Formats: sequence, C-alpha cells, structure tokens
Amino acid sequence: MSTQPLLKERTKQIHRKGSAPFELDCNKDSLAGAVSQRACVFCGSRVVLYPIADALHLVHGPIGCAVYTWDIRGALSSGPELHRLSFSTDLQELDVIFGGEKKLAKALDELIDLHQPKAAFVYSTCIVGLIGDDLEAVCKKTSAEKGIPVLPVQSEGLKGNKRAGYEAACHAMGRLVGTGDIAGISKHSINILGDFNLAGEIWLIREYFQRIGIEVVANITGDGRIADIQRSHGAALNVVQCSGSTMDLANMMKKRFGIPAVRVSYFGVEDMAEALYTVARHFGEPEMMEKARRVVKEELETLLPELARYKKALSGKKAAIYVGGAFKAFSLVKAFRLIGMDVVMVGSQTGTKEDYAELAEITDQGTIIVDDANPLELSSFLKEKDVDLFVGGVKERPIAYKLGVAFCDHNHERKEMLAGFQGMLNFAREVYGSVMSPVWKFVPRRIQEKKL
Amino acid sequence: MSKMPSYTATTNACKLCKPLGASIAFRGIESCVPFLHGSQGCATYMRRYIISHFNEPIDIASSSLGEKNAIYGGGPNLKLGLKNVTTKYAPKLIGVATTCLTETIGDDVPMLLAEYHKEFGGPESPLVVHVSTPSYSGTHMEGFHIAVKAVIEQLAGEAEANDTLNLLSGFVSTADIRYLREVMDDFGITATILPDYSDTLDGPALNDYPLIPEGGTPLAAIKQMGGAIATVELGATLPTETGGTVLQRAHGVKLHRTGMPIGIRATDDFFDLLAELSGKKIPKRHVAARGRLVDSMVDGHKYIFGKRAVVYGEEDLVVGLAGFLAEIGVKPVLCASGGKSGKMAASIAAAIDGLDCDLPVVKEDVDFFDIETMAKELGVDLVIGHSKGYTFARKENLPLIRVGFPIHDRVGGQRILHLGYHGAQALFDLIANTVIDQKQTDSPVGYSYM
Repeated sequence: MSTQPLLKERTKQIHRKGSAPFELDCNKDSLAGAVSQRACVFCGSRVVLYPIADALHLVHGPIGCAVYTWDIRGALSSGPELHRLSFSTDLQELDVIFGGEKKLAKALDELIDLHQPKAAFVYSTCIVGLIGDDLEAVCKKTSAEKGIPVLPVQSEGLKGNKRAGYEAACHAMGRLVGTGDIAGISKHSINILGDFNLAGEIWLIREYFQRIGIEVVANITGDGRIADIQRSHGAALNVVQCSGSTMDLANMMKKRFGIPAVRVSYFGVEDMAEALYTVARHFGEPEMMEKARRVVKEELETLLPELARYKKALSGKKAAIYVGGAFKAFSLVKAFRLIGMDVVMVGSQTGTKEDYAELAEITDQGTIIVDDANPLELSSFLKEKDVDLFVGGVKERPIAYKLGVAFCDHNHERKEMLAGFQGMLNFAREVYGSVMSPVWKFVPRRIQEKKL
Repeated sequence: MSKMPSYTATTNACKLCKPLGASIAFRGIESCVPFLHGSQGCATYMRRYIISHFNEPIDIASSSLGEKNAIYGGGPNLKLGLKNVTTKYAPKLIGVATTCLTETIGDDVPMLLAEYHKEFGGPESPLVVHVSTPSYSGTHMEGFHIAVKAVIEQLAGEAEANDTLNLLSGFVSTADIRYLREVMDDFGITATILPDYSDTLDGPALNDYPLIPEGGTPLAAIKQMGGAIATVELGATLPTETGGTVLQRAHGVKLHRTGMPIGIRATDDFFDLLAELSGKKIPKRHVAARGRLVDSMVDGHKYIFGKRAVVYGEEDLVVGLAGFLAEIGVKPVLCASGGKSGKMAASIAAAIDGLDCDLPVVKEDVDFFDIETMAKELGVDLVIGHSKGYTFARKENLPLIRVGFPIHDRVGGQRILHLGYHGAQALFDLIANTVIDQKQTDSPVGYSYM
C-alpha cells in the first residue's frame, strides 16, 4: 500500500516562494491524525505564565498536564523559584464524577499556607471544562481568605490551539495589572513583554535598556514578579516581543490605561539594535537615541570581528527553521543572513496571515513556507532542500538527528542565551559547533553521497 | 518517623499518565502507530516527554478534538484521524488509547471502531486495537500493562501449539530488551517479546525518515501467542489481570510470573525458570557473568557497605533494585512510587528476605514532595531512580544514580542495562564508583589508589 506523506487538506498550508502568488492558510485547527507539532490551549497558558517566579502555579486536572510541564522552561529567576515546582490537583475518578471544586479549594488552602506565594494561578484543563467546576468561584473565595490574588486561567486544552492559551494567560494577568502602587516610576519607563528569561536573556536586555536611561517596571514574564505586574500600568510604554503571546495584554493595557505598545525582537544584531532605536524614538529624546547608538556601536565593535570568522566557515550552508511563533522566525531569517547561511525552509506552529506574508517578503525564491507542519512533512523538506542545519524545539530535534542533520534548539528548553548582541555571538557559535562537527561525515546521507 | 503531612495536591509527581504507557507499548509492535483519542495537547506533550528520554522520534497521532467534538462526540474526528493515519503511514496496526477527555464525554470507542471498519474497512486496512486509558485513574504503568493486555486480547487468536515462549517483559529499557533477546537466543528459545521497542525507540541513523521505524514485536508472532509453550511475565507488582492471564485463561498457555531479574537472586530465579522451560542448562556465558559479578562484589563490598539509599520510580523496578541493593550491602531505607498496586511492601520484604537488611519504609502513591521529606528525615547517602530526582539530589548534595524512565538530563538514558547478571554488573560498578568518587572528591588530600 502506498503512502502519501502530504495530506490533501494540508496543501494550502504550504507555500513555495516564487511558485505562485503568495497565499497560505493558517490559524486552523490541527487536522486529526496529522501528528501536529502543536500542543494545546493549556500549553499556551502554561508557557506564558510559567516564569512568574513568586506565584503558585496549580494545574487543576489529571496528573499528566502537570507532570509534562514540570520545570520545562529554562526560564531563570533572580530570586524565588516557586515556578519550578509542579503542582496538580491530580484528579481521580471520583473527582470527575462528583466534581473537583472541594479538592481544589483544599489544595489551594494548603499550598498557599505552605509556600506563601504572592499570587496563585489555577489552570483549567480539558476535563475541568467538561465536569464544569466553577474555578472562578473557588478562586474568589480563596483569594478573600488568603489575601492574595488567586486567578483562574481558563485554559481547557480542547478550547482551541496554543494561541487561545496565550489569550487566557493574558486575561489572567490582566486582572493583576492596575492593582499596585505606581508612585515614583520614571517617565522613561517600559514593561518588557514576551521575553521569558531563557538562560538569563532578560537580564541582558534590561541592561541594554538601563544603559540608554530607561527604567524597566515589569518583566512579563521572564524573571517575573507579581508585584511588578501589579504596578506595570505605571510604565510609559509596553515593549512587546514574540508572536503575540503577550500582545493581548498589551492591547488590554492600551485600552484601559492608554499605554502605547511597540513590537520588537531581540534576536539578531539588526533586530536588537532596532529594538533599542524603536524605544528611543518613542520617547523622542535625542540624548537617549545617542546613547542607543553608542550601545549598538560598542557591542558591534566586539561582536562583528568575531562573527566574521564564523561567517567565513558557514557561508552557503543551508538552514531550515520551524518554531512556535512566526515573529522569532523573522529574526532568525535575518540572523542566518548575517552569518552567510541560506534559509530554505521556514515555518511556525501559530503564525498569522500577516506573519506569513512577511516571511514570504523577506525570504529568497524557492524557500518553503509552512504552517502547522508535522514530522513527515518536515523530514521531507529537510531532504528535498538538503539542509545543513535545522532550528526548532525538542520535538523537531530527533527528526533532524535521525536524518543526520545538525540541529539548534531555539525553543524554551534551551540553556544558551541567544538574545541580544551577546546572544547573536552565542547563536553563531552554536551553529558553527553544530554544522562543523565531524559527525556528519559518518551519517548515511553523506556516506551515500560519497559513494555516488 | 513522624507522620507525613498528607497534602491534597500532588507536588512534583512520581508518576505519569496512563496513555503515555499505552503509547510506548504500542510503539513496540511491528508497523504500529500509537493514536490518542483526545485533544491535541496530550499527544504532543507525551511525544516531547518520550523523545527527551529516547532521543528518538516518536509519532503519536491524535484525533485533535475541539470543543464542538466534546459536545457532539469525538466519533467523526476519530474516524477522520484513523483515515488520515492510514493514508499517511500505511501502518499494519493502529493502537488507539483514550484520554480523560474522551472517557468523560463517554465516546464508545469499540462501537465507533466497528462503524469505522464497516464504513472504510477493506482488505488493506490496518488492524485497530483499542484500550481505555483515562488519565484520572492509575499511572503510566497501568496504561502500559493494559495496552499489552488489549493487544493480546484483540490480536492473539486461536493458534496451533508451537514451541515459542511468550515473554512479557514490562516497561524495561531498550538495552534490557536487547539483552533479554540475547538470553533467549543463548538458551535456544524462540521467544515473542511483547512489546519490543528496542529498535523502534533506539534505532540507527538513517538516510530517510521512516514513516514507521523498523522493528517491534511481529504481528504474525502475536497472532501465534495462544499456541506458545508458556508465558513468562516479569514483575512483582503486576495487576491481577494482564496479557499473561488472558493467554492462560483463553488459550491455556501456562503463566509464570517472576520479578524483574535485577540483581543476583532475582536473575537466578529467572534463569532457573528459563532452564526449566527450555530443558537446557544455563548457558556458560551467563554462568561466567554471574561468577564475575560475585567476584566484583567481593572486590568492592567495603566501599558501599551500610550506605543508605532512597529508591523511587515504577514499582517493579523499585522492588528489583531494593533486592539488589540488599545483596550488595546497601540499605534501601526508603522505597517509593507514585503507583499504588498495594503489593510493593510485601514484594520488597520478599526481595530482601534473608539478607540481614531491615525492612525499608515503603510508600506507594507518593510524590517527590513526600519522598524528599521522608528521605531527609531518614537520612540517605544515595538517590537511586530516574532523572526527576535530580532536584532533590542537588539540593541535598547527594549523588544520583540514574536508572529507569525518564532520564532527561543525560545522553544514553535509553541504553542503561538493568537486567540480568550483566545489568547487575553495570549497576554495581556504577554504584560503587559513585561512592568512591564522592569520597575521593571530598578528601582533603586526594589519592590515586582506592
């Protein structure tokens, strides 16, 4: 029986640049049986809120949802580490039959007494949506008893895709915003939204902003603190990274508090520099812009000569990108260009129409652009394009490795700092170390080539 | 020991959910695609968790149910998913496991599958095995065993008597399965090892991404299991009803249950059983391995005697390890699991019997919060179990001996050998050297002889 790696229903979510006018379907539900690389609504909420280090994160559901998200992000904290524990109500059959509200209330009561968090997030899962536990009511009651915010996160897995989870997370955070004291916040102040402090990246970004005279009020959510989020409405500007994981919060803050937002990316030299310029431009102070230029210049002076060495070795090598959000893909396309590599495939789990249009704009002819791909598609693209390096997350790694293709982790489990100017150098170093390893001389695809 | 505070919530669970175990078991069958009937997240999370241990791709399909399906039933998505998996992968078997979502909305999977076969079935259609695995009851181990049982119930038909042996080895490592295969070969036994993911979850580098990796228990062999001379089932805490009991009851295949062959005595039992079943002497290679193991235990006994260990993980693994530790003079002071078979304490007592080892504290249905609290109170020198104990080991500055599943923070976790004299040898060297290393590191002067 013959197989058909590309299902008919999927053809509209794949585009080859130059083959036809650009058109791509996206933001659809995953196709049953297609082995999507996506997760669920709960996953979206969990990854966004996870780095808030002084909050209790309680998953209300069966054990799986909590145990598969225990300590999964490399999101560092400069203080408390409560976020690294995995709490679950571990629902059992009887709870499903009779409802889990009592168990939830008791669990919250005990955990809050034990860990003294600054707030608690209670995540709803598929099954809680079905049995109809009133999370709102339980949270409200507990909050009144304990005197801390207890926030339901309506993240029932089946409600949609990861994007719906981002919304639920933003909605929960939105209830914190505006409840703190904003006295003494500088007029040159920002919130950093959409950076998760993987490997300590937000510390680097904050330092850049401090160097140009900007006060950072709240990290949302990398190295995040409840009190900071509560006073984040005192900031003059929201600086939003990432494909919309925190955009809903920025929109809400604009509506409620009139705080404008700008979108930036910290990956790659161009985007990092542009991020500083964008913020400086917003405040309209020539001195700040001058400082931003100086920061960029200083950083590039040390960075560029080192990058040149890697570029020499990597020129002409081919890269493929498959990431969660498309915004990261934009930066990666540019970052690869900076080190002389060609991007031959790029895709994301949750990109929007506008995202893909922009990808089509910035990529070379023949580049494959794909939405919500799966292992068979990804592996066929890697082969078709004879890729030297694949950038993705944990689920993409074994696909690359099985085929003898180098791989870089650019997802939330990574331990290497890849943001900022320093991050670009780390990225180049990691790409170099992956692509240049002698191991590729031994993998079947290269051996076969030699034999031919 | 003071009474444990009994918290309502689970903190850092020492168990996984049922469909994960079923997925791994299905992965160990020839040309089989595991399929979760539930929301997309379940399949993706489990894939990620399994991948991080095996460093190997694993495609788990999903019926990707959405909100509408929860109201009107998941049938249409299940059928569409099966159709798509068939088109894309051309499997010989699809293993459908339910999730808490589809169990709660009450999807009647056997009925849906019957409809599916009627609507879309043909001579080339894959077989479909289904198993009920709601995540809100039991752990991944129940999921694993119940999937093996379902495969046997639904695929092993009437078979003519043959001279094969059924070996239901439980959730062991890929290295363990390869070792068991060698042992069978050495005895000249033709064995059907079910499941066998030694290739499908630990395969070679390839030129083409396989739709479904090669290997797995052959379907033809599974169909013949009812005619085997006997079934050997490994594990001391197995559920009452298993694949082995099904074969015994439905096909009259005699069932022999023996604990995981971890350490000397449990391995002796296993080899004696094989000798009896095959009518052959224990092969020289294994007699020699046993001899070397005992010799090495003599060489190294001094360094580890009296050390106190906490052992956690799947119950059968913990029972096996507790017995082995008692054999080498290490005290298993705390044996813990997230599972709750109700059989662990008695099994451990039996495993350490006669070795001058005090009964350890044995705890079922506990999480790492409990394990840490108890271990601290009891005082331990060694932490033995999967990589999720790292948090605790690091905090207490204790060495972690990595065994079992998952091992997410080392390469080669899937290749750790636990079973047989060879496995015991590897474990003994690892444990002894870990203790020696620590003493050497802590020494103010350092030394270059033991």
